Amino acid sequence: METLHPKARRDPFGSKINRSHMPLLAYGLPWLTILLGSLTPWLPIISPAPVLPPFGFMLMLAWRLLRPGLLPLWAGLPLGLFDDFYSGQPFGSGVLLFSLTLIAIELIEIRFPWRNFWLDWITAAAILIVYLVIAALLSGAELSLVQLRVILPQLLLSVVLFPVVARLVAHLDRVRLMRVRRLG
Amino acid sequence: MAPPAHRRTGTNKKAQLGLFAGYVVAGLGALFGAALLVISFLRPETFDGLRSMAADAASPAGEVGAAGRTGSQGFFEAIAGYYRAGSRNAELEREMEIARVRLAEAEALRQENARLKAVLDLADDDTKPVAIARLIGSTSSSVRRIGYISAGRNDGVQPGMPVTSPTGLVGRVLEAGARSSRVLLLTDTESMVPVRRATDNTVAFAEGRSDGSLRLRLVNLGVNPIKQGDVFVTSGAGGLFRPNIAVAVAQQITRDGAIAQLLSNPAATDVVMVEPIWQREAVQALEAPAPEPEAPAG
Repeated sequence: METLHPKARRDPFGSKINRSHMPLLAYGLPWLTILLGSLTPWLPIISPAPVLPPFGFMLMLAWRLLRPGLLPLWAGLPLGLFDDFYSGQPFGSGVLLFSLTLIAIELIEIRFPWRNFWLDWITAAAILIVYLVIAALLSGAELSLVQLRVILPQLLLSVVLFPVVARLVAHLDRVRLMRVRRLG
Repeated sequence: MAPPAHRRTGTNKKAQLGLFAGYVVAGLGALFGAALLVISFLRPETFDGLRSMAADAASPAGEVGAAGRTGSQGFFEAIAGYYRAGSRNAELEREMEIARVRLAEAEALRQENARLKAVLDLADDDTKPVAIARLIGSTSSSVRRIGYISAGRNDGVQPGMPVTSPTGLVGRVLEAGARSSRVLLLTDTESMVPVRRATDNTVAFAEGRSDGSLRLRLVNLGVNPIKQGDVFVTSGAGGLFRPNIAVAVAQQITRDGAIAQLLSNPAATDVVMVEPIWQREAVQALEAPAPEPEAPAG
């Protein structure tokens, strides 16, 4: 009997024999990464002005756009709540904006069921701009033209970094679907 | 990527209901968020406890990172700070040698000063810090400028206490958790500090602009006496901050004051001191009408 190629029963997600996906990893990893993204204020970067993009929000966007249906529609509530603990925004702004974002993407998806990279980027950019501006308005800071100009670099950085975050999420998605659970 | 097939419900009654329920729950989530937001606008202190607990839980992670951050400024310079740690270290050691000499000289001056003060029978107003802490994080993606320090109620930190660094005022404690506290940085738009020019008694208010600079507004309007490069220090009015802590340098003269650069850039600050509130009576007076963490106006 001729021998099989050693990689014959494997694919990029691991062995296809005797192994299966781990539910905790497959469903938990998106939540874990988004929560970690919300912890950005604890990075040792003390900035005198808002410069860092909202990583928690961007990760949620990226997961949602990459894997529709993986995050439930109500995921904005717990994720936003966690973000509120650390973001410095008034409590509740995260819950509101994260929830509205997920609903908005759902509606966009009904309108454009088939999407490509560019459409995803445009969607994410539009949502990020709206999110950052509304977050600034809700922040309770006194806003004048100066403060609105302050968020411009952050806006630009968020929009430019989104494809990078999306690519990171795509890699994490591979990790998520690794067959690590041993059957039998 | 196409939406998953199970979302196309067709005539399946159960699937339709499930989808509808999803929208209802998400909508309720958004409404819940809006309600929380309204509460936090009407009573900003409602969620302080929750947030402090969350900050306490996450602060050890922040402290680990803060240990390596000394000598860095801002986002990109923070990265550069890690990168150039070696050469920076050598440079710092050289500076340290010089500083030791200076320190000895300063010590001699201090003693002479104390002696002269004793001769004049003046009270020594050196305040002892309540706690020495690390600046471990800041809300770097929100317009609000709030920092986290690694000392809390267990170290004696109370809301309202000024936070200073060797180069000047950093901000004041907003909420104190058990092991960490939230600090309203000077650049927050809600922060307002009574200041005066270091050389004379030109008094002004320093307001944050949340872009790293402060806006100085003169109390006495008229001819604007501020010149570029004037240093402003706390005036001690209002009672939270003791007088003569360095705050900012005027950079750009405006009609009613100036735009000033912060002296103690929080990005370059590692270790901060939490000082006691300067005048306790002022705080009690402040707390009597409403426990609002605002700067005293006047």
